[in-house]
Amino acid sequence: MAGQVFAYIVHRNGVAEDTALELLAAAAKIYPDAPATAIVTGVGDDLESVCNALTSAYPEIWKINHDAMAYPNAEIICKALVNILPAGAIVLLPHDTFGMDLGPGLSIRLDSAYTADAVDFTGLEGSVLKVIRQEYSGMVSTHSRCDLANGAVVTCRPGSFPPVENTQAGGSVVDKSADVGDLTVRRRYLQVVEAEKGDVDITKSDVLVSVGRGIEDQDNIELAEELAKLMGAVVSCSRPIVDAKWLEKPRQVGTSGQTVKPKVYLALGISGSFQHLGGIKGSPFIVAVNKNPKAPIFQVADVGIIEDILDFIPELTEKIKESK
Amino acid sequence: MEILVCVKRVPDTAENEIEVNKDGSDIERDDLVYSVNEWDNYAVEEAIQIRDKVGGSVTVITVGDDESEEVLRREMAMGADNGILLSDAAFENSDGRGIATILKAAVAKGQYDLVLTGAQADDGAGQVGGMLAAMLDWPYASLVNSLEVEGGEKIKVGREIEGGNQEINEIDLPCVLSIQTGINEPRYVGIRGIRKVASVDIPVHGAADLGLAAEATGSGGARVKRVDYFVPELGEGAEILEGSMEEKIDKLMELLKSKGGLK
Repeated sequence: MAGQVFAYIVHRNGVAEDTALELLAAAAKIYPDAPATAIVTGVGDDLESVCNALTSAYPEIWKINHDAMAYPNAEIICKALVNILPAGAIVLLPHDTFGMDLGPGLSIRLDSAYTADAVDFTGLEGSVLKVIRQEYSGMVSTHSRCDLANGAVVTCRPGSFPPVENTQAGGSVVDKSADVGDLTVRRRYLQVVEAEKGDVDITKSDVLVSVGRGIEDQDNIELAEELAKLMGAVVSCSRPIVDAKWLEKPRQVGTSGQTVKPKVYLALGISGSFQHLGGIKGSPFIVAVNKNPKAPIFQVADVGIIEDILDFIPELTEKIKESK
Repeated sequence: MEILVCVKRVPDTAENEIEVNKDGSDIERDDLVYSVNEWDNYAVEEAIQIRDKVGGSVTVITVGDDESEEVLRREMAMGADNGILLSDAAFENSDGRGIATILKAAVAKGQYDLVLTGAQADDGAGQVGGMLAAMLDWPYASLVNSLEVEGGEKIKVGREIEGGNQEINEIDLPCVLSIQTGINEPRYVGIRGIRKVASVDIPVHGAADLGLAAEATGSGGARVKRVDYFVPELGEGAEILEGSMEEKIDKLMELLKSKGGLK
């Protein structure tokens, strides 16, 4: 067996994110009989409550309490981990904005292998972990092999490893705060600027008409607006539309935008990256219209229509008008 | 400020349907349209804007074959001052660490204050920037969506984090940043712009020029290897509506009514 498995726990306001249990499940796919050790960094009461809550899932929790870790600055946490991790450690991180910030550099500093955004593990062959990932925005998947012999850092896609429920690990919390060493870094966290609030709150709407790259031109946005108005819906969008400044940021659905819980989600010309899908909760009825039959959105939609939205939207709008 | 921007030539997913080839060894590459990785255009635009504000130069660099030269020229047409192509048979099938190793050697040959990469590329890993920073022992910030130069010693960067929030950091130079889309609006490059730089000399460096041992890069040095490509067996997936446009719309309206999407 290669090195011990560790799971870095991302938490907010004293509560661990869902990824905490997902990483435990991911670790069990590497070594079914050797549960991962959790690592939690932070300060004060929030840190305590996260660690205590994790004792039901993890047999051992390494707690690092340090003033410099009140906010998770990946550069600081990287230094601490390099100092406390044993040789050959296998470190699991969520593939979120923190894991992406920490993972690549940590793997170099630990001189270990790095695999990003794993969606599944299909077993070990000797010291080689068999990993499934996606490329080209989810249009194709790959089998890859990650050699754990010298340790590894692996980021796991949130939502991809079904968490273990109702665990009773009876774990213990081990305080590692004294072992972190020098934490001087050349990147200093200043503050978080909260997302701007728009004139429309897309999280409150039961029906969303959501547009993506397939809308092709700023002038075509009004096609979606007209349709939405007729449907009593609100227009939302995917990231490229905000990048192009065709709609404002508060209308963006996805992990880097809003999390929405509509009853009906009409995805028009949206390919369906996992970051976009990560912002759709509450199992809405999803209709996807896209000219590319291979678009990943069709894997998660309830109903799919293979058409160019620029032909489709005006026709649908017309039909709805007629029916009124 | 001397700025190096790492770019990559990739199949353009907006222009192509990406399919797996017959034996799964690769994607189907016949008739693929290639372009610069989308994120890299934002990185180059940001670099040009910084240079225009505080002076210095922008160099674009890529690891690839002769065909990758075209993406360097495209970025030079945007306004980058220099291009460098890193090319060697020994570099083929490098993993992320291998690519970072090659780039590190190239960074060491220059005098750069700032290295930018796109936040991710076709494989979605987003790994080379962070690895390169650690190899150089420079500070790193990923997913940068705002950037403000403060004198010659540090810059203020905003990182995109969950929920549309932004994490503001101050970072010392030299540093490596990975640039997120949306940070700016990359300028348009016309045919004329590309013609202007068509004959500019782009130096090519191989493993020996960079002082790299053969086993440090390429498939031999890789700890992570892609075995094959496949299309996963899906669950049920969407029920695809068939028929004419009119039939599809009729069916859809019925469904929308029953689900409360159409009153």
